[in-house]
Amino acid sequence: MAEQTKAAKADRDGAGYWAANVRIILVSLVIWALVSFGFGILLRPMLSGIAVGGTDLGFWFAQQGSILVFLALIFFYAWRMNKLDREYGVEED
Amino acid sequence: MEQFTINLLFVGASFALYIGIAIWARAGSTSEFYAAGRGVHPVTNGMATAADWMSAASFISMAGLIAFTGYDNSSFLMGWTGGYVLLALLLAPYLRKFGKFTVSEFIGDRFYSPTARMVAVICLIVASTTYVIGQMTGVGVAFGRFLEISNTAGLLIGACVVFAYAVLGGMKGVTYTQVAQYVVLIMAYTIPAVFISLQLTGTPIPALGLFSETTSTGAEGSVYLLTKLDQIVTDLGFASYTEAHKDNLNMVLFTLSLMIGTAGLPHVIMRFFTVPKVSDARWSAGWALVFIALLYLTAPAVGAMARLNITNLMWPNGTSGEPVSVQTIETAPEYDWMLTWQKTGLLDWEDKNGDGLIQYYNDGSEAMAERAAANGWEGNELTNFNRDILVLANPEIANLPGWVIGLVAAGGLAAALSTAAGLLLAISSAVSHDLLKGQLTPNMSEKAELMSARIAMAIAIAVATILGLNPPGFAAQTVALAFGLAAASIFPALMMGIFSKRINNVGAVSGMLAGLIFTLVYIFLHKGWLFIAGTNSFPDTVDGSLFGIQSTAIGAIGALINFGVAYGVSMMTKDTPQEIKDLVESVRIPAGAGGAVDH
Repeated sequence: MAEQTKAAKADRDGAGYWAANVRIILVSLVIWALVSFGFGILLRPMLSGIAVGGTDLGFWFAQQGSILVFLALIFFYAWRMNKLDREYGVEED
Repeated sequence: MEQFTINLLFVGASFALYIGIAIWARAGSTSEFYAAGRGVHPVTNGMATAADWMSAASFISMAGLIAFTGYDNSSFLMGWTGGYVLLALLLAPYLRKFGKFTVSEFIGDRFYSPTARMVAVICLIVASTTYVIGQMTGVGVAFGRFLEISNTAGLLIGACVVFAYAVLGGMKGVTYTQVAQYVVLIMAYTIPAVFISLQLTGTPIPALGLFSETTSTGAEGSVYLLTKLDQIVTDLGFASYTEAHKDNLNMVLFTLSLMIGTAGLPHVIMRFFTVPKVSDARWSAGWALVFIALLYLTAPAVGAMARLNITNLMWPNGTSGEPVSVQTIETAPEYDWMLTWQKTGLLDWEDKNGDGLIQYYNDGSEAMAERAAANGWEGNELTNFNRDILVLANPEIANLPGWVIGLVAAGGLAAALSTAAGLLLAISSAVSHDLLKGQLTPNMSEKAELMSARIAMAIAIAVATILGLNPPGFAAQTVALAFGLAAASIFPALMMGIFSKRINNVGAVSGMLAGLIFTLVYIFLHKGWLFIAGTNSFPDTVDGSLFGIQSTAIGAIGALINFGVAYGVSMMTKDTPQEIKDLVESVRIPAGAGGAVDH
């Protein structure tokens, strides 16, 4: 009986943990797409007014900015998920 | 000292270093060999992953493609880094939790089907072999220049060296050898870039120099490097450097293909199987990208600055002045690089109108036709400039000291050889371990397994060399095709295996086959069957292509087809069994991850 309750709790927490993880992934991927496909390619004409070193902001995002944001995203995700692991008590021993 | 001797010294010393480290830290057993990453700090593992990942395409080829196209080829930069976000968020931690060693093992277990494992192995072999063709192109360029022989002879010698290197095999698994390769590679890439950035902009950091003002002041005072570059290339009738000339659809699909492909290439994914913990798998992807970004942030600067230097050398008196003369090229020391590269057959010029001068301009441009007619020009006289030579020739073009040129030769070879050898190992283990021992002849002895691995390796390198003699494109373009194939086949299966409990065995197999076959056929229709020139049904241009999508960008569509087919077929067939749902549940949660186990 006690074991069943424990299993049910783990299952509920597992679902909550996974839902929270998927939310973080979705937000991160929106930013991922915005800086590369967005600022770097499709939205570049909208950013053409912002000059950066002899060209415009879209060019900077396409050649450098997106890479810097990708880096920030991966480190943010690692930090956030390691915190989430502890919140739900599912971290490794 | 002769440049040839300096190159030999640098290449020899770097190889002695790798072999020395390999002997010092030799893997004692097979499991140690596979699990070389375990017990290694995420930073060290990230550096080794970066060395594994950055190949001839990144090192030798990419900056050249950016240099001659400008903004449009930014796809390479975003695609080959953005894939790490997908890898870190969607695959790495879960595959680490799963705790086996190969991608095909995961697919076989998750989709409870030996057929799925077999199909994954075939996808892996197709993508990796295409990848090796691109590497061989780069190896040919590097050896051709370094030994001062023709590109073809360089390719054949390079193939022998790669084979020997891959058969020695064990050194590939040693993380510290890869760390050394990374250090050589990144120094070889950034040191000349720093010199050139200082020369042109006075800024020691090339990534910042790209957006700085040039030190050479014109009549209107100082101008930005990119403004100046735009001006001189358009003066010669070429497309401007910073503007977009490609349609958005193709650029988005191409970038997406490279990103998804990055997260679908087995030799990169494998590195995350073996880090100590799930949390380390997350950090490792970040550190790998830090070390990759050092090169990728420098590459656009290398491209733009080289383009500026080359144009200035061809037009020493400005784009409206008199161009360089044939005699200057043949005698002046700053043009020596043109004579050495001419020997490889990858660079050439011809005084078509016999005026003793070499006019370098875009003879396809209507705006230039008038100027050409007025001056008696008869076409572009810099008749051949292979994009793949740019990075290796760059220090010579900028007139840098001999040791920098030697260092770049060592770096280019490190990049090409390490990745080519790694891919050959992946192919051979897929054939001998997954295909033969796992499926066809389960009772084969260990000796026979090893022999078949070597034979598979020899066949793969022979195929890659023959196709590499007439490659389907420049090194990075060929490699891009390999990414399209990986994107269309492996990545969707892995992602659905983790994020869906409903995708079943039949669905996954149909999805992978649909994605792979669609992408492969589309590429062959445009590049020729088995990349044999002349057998293509459609011209390999945006306008002439079947769906208006370039063959290099089709992988993203292949991936969508894979997702769609897998979902549709799964919905129409039996639900996954309970134990598979439990497996997916357990993969999603870090707790309980043991060490990676061999089976």
